[in-house]
Amino acid sequence: MSQPDPRAVPSGPAPAAAPARAVLTRVASLGPLLGLLALMVVATLLNHDFLTVANLSNVLTRAAFSGIIAVGMTFVIISGGIDLSVGSMAALIAGSMILIMNALSTTLGPGVLTIALGMLAALAIGALAGLFHGTVITRGRIEPFIVTLGTLGIYRAVLTYLAQGGAISLDQGVGDRYGPVYYGSVLGIPIPILVFTAVALLGGLILNRTRYGRYVQAIGSSEQVARYAAIDVTGIKILTYVLLGVCVGLATILYVPRLGSATPSTGLLWELEAIAAVIIGGTALKGGSGRIWGTVVGAILLVTIENVLNLTNIISVYLNAAVTGFVIIGVAFFQRGRR
Amino acid sequence: MTHLTRLTALSLFLAASPALAQAKQIIGVSIPSADHGWTAGVVYHANQAKAMLEKMYPNVQIIVKTAKDSNEQANQIQDLLTVNKINALVILPQESAPLTRPVAALKAKGVFVTVVDRGLTDPKAQDAYVAGDNTAFGRVAGEYFVKQFGSGGANVVVLRGIPTVIDNQRVDAFKAAVAKSPSIKILDAKFGNWNRDDAFKVMQDYLTRFPKIDAVWASDDDMAVGVIKALEQAKRTDVKLVLGGAGMKEAIKKVMDGDKLMPVDVTYPPSMIADAIRLTVESRVKGTPMKATTLIPSVLVTPANAKDYYFPNSPF
Repeated sequence: MSQPDPRAVPSGPAPAAAPARAVLTRVASLGPLLGLLALMVVATLLNHDFLTVANLSNVLTRAAFSGIIAVGMTFVIISGGIDLSVGSMAALIAGSMILIMNALSTTLGPGVLTIALGMLAALAIGALAGLFHGTVITRGRIEPFIVTLGTLGIYRAVLTYLAQGGAISLDQGVGDRYGPVYYGSVLGIPIPILVFTAVALLGGLILNRTRYGRYVQAIGSSEQVARYAAIDVTGIKILTYVLLGVCVGLATILYVPRLGSATPSTGLLWELEAIAAVIIGGTALKGGSGRIWGTVVGAILLVTIENVLNLTNIISVYLNAAVTGFVIIGVAFFQRGRR
Repeated sequence: MTHLTRLTALSLFLAASPALAQAKQIIGVSIPSADHGWTAGVVYHANQAKAMLEKMYPNVQIIVKTAKDSNEQANQIQDLLTVNKINALVILPQESAPLTRPVAALKAKGVFVTVVDRGLTDPKAQDAYVAGDNTAFGRVAGEYFVKQFGSGGANVVVLRGIPTVIDNQRVDAFKAAVAKSPSIKILDAKFGNWNRDDAFKVMQDYLTRFPKIDAVWASDDDMAVGVIKALEQAKRTDVKLVLGGAGMKEAIKKVMDGDKLMPVDVTYPPSMIADAIRLTVESRVKGTPMKATTLIPSVLVTPANAKDYYFPNSPF
């Protein structure tokens, strides 16, 4: 996937330096992983409870939400787009899906059918929102930044309106049946982690092993060339936003049973978390190339920082965001050689 | 030139005539938009007060406006004066510093100003101040902890709100009250941002870090929701008490129902906006002076008095 960039080849004849440079590039491309490992070592030194199974599963479960969204976001960013609305979208999907399930449970009862229909609704709303974004961006020829900045406000406002500024809460009966989707586990592994793994594997497969994935990368490197190569640029781009919308729906399906409620502060700043995970993972913000495993590591890295800060007492609580900022810049610095 | 003068005079006359024609009191109410539970409660109670007071005093008109940030709010109160010709303003400022000058400008033009909850940086910009008692909010909670655990001792974790002066006042008062009992130990205090999700995560990490926690001061009912979910997930039974605060209807309901984990709550009622509007209207209509500072006390809600604080129709 990562073809040698002709600009990176040294101009002078230095045959001996070339392999060394290749090794360096390899190491640099492992930047996010090295960053995560370094952070884990520090975390363990600070607090031995960090490596307990319970804590690691907390961290991975939390990473599942922004991670699943970030996998979808990787496609959008590789194709040269961006989506700023995913946090608001998740909040709106959560609120709508709770309202739908509450309404259904009065006629269908708080059973599996109600929950399944709620999940379907979540995926459908996500897909429709993505379809809307993709269509307005490609056919309407408006910058993705602008379109999704607009919907960022719209989605959250609609949710705030539906909730009257308060909270939309899931019926107790439905909540009890639905709870295991977040709190349950299969073979000792929490369900959100399993879903996250599946989404990441599937995402990697689509990006690297299918024609669609190659087209996404081609469009991101040069939309003009892709058009000349008779690639259906519009269709492919719309599909990236639909995929992201479905990912947001899926993340919300896992999120709703956690607290059983949606409030106007649900999903706040998830868009930045997802974008940060993608970029930390080594995907170029300008599009063209990227990798799913990097995104997964990026998402876990971000959640781990937060976890470590909660597990220790060394740094003033006022400086939490600063630590996150330094780590993001640090990891990006590690792999700057690739650009 | 004379043409222009005449036009100016005419428009001034037109602008002034409605005010002359009737001695109607127009009260502007400017509050933050409903962006989380507590402010949603503020919007609800402001509209309740409007309906009630306009019925009680036919000569009073109340205009409720919500703003999403300080800038919008500053523009809004200007419009309230120039367009709606208000005689009095009841304002819950988004932020203290940026709104001090705009409010002072209104007062300089003869508008009676009541400031609610979040104070301005210069008290001279207001005629009256109505606020919740943040110190008492922390103190009442701390005193309850001392009463419950003073003899046996307890390990306590604290969730703070968003880094603000209000939060500092509350936490300082809580710590001061708890300090009266040396057997109560505060293990740590981290920010949960008055938010369910963040409180859930912080509590998960507290549970990983501390093998024995006896009580949690969640300092907010929204955060208490997240804390309880984290406890349920970790199946931890060492925690005997989760104390929230503010008076969210679900929390008050739990107190009424005699919940084991949340037996009490401490109020910081969004209905203080209704009190402020009522006091302002009464003082305007009857011409009586209004107290310079009115503190709405923070009260311990117990099963005995819970029904007085239960508003089932409020969104909060």
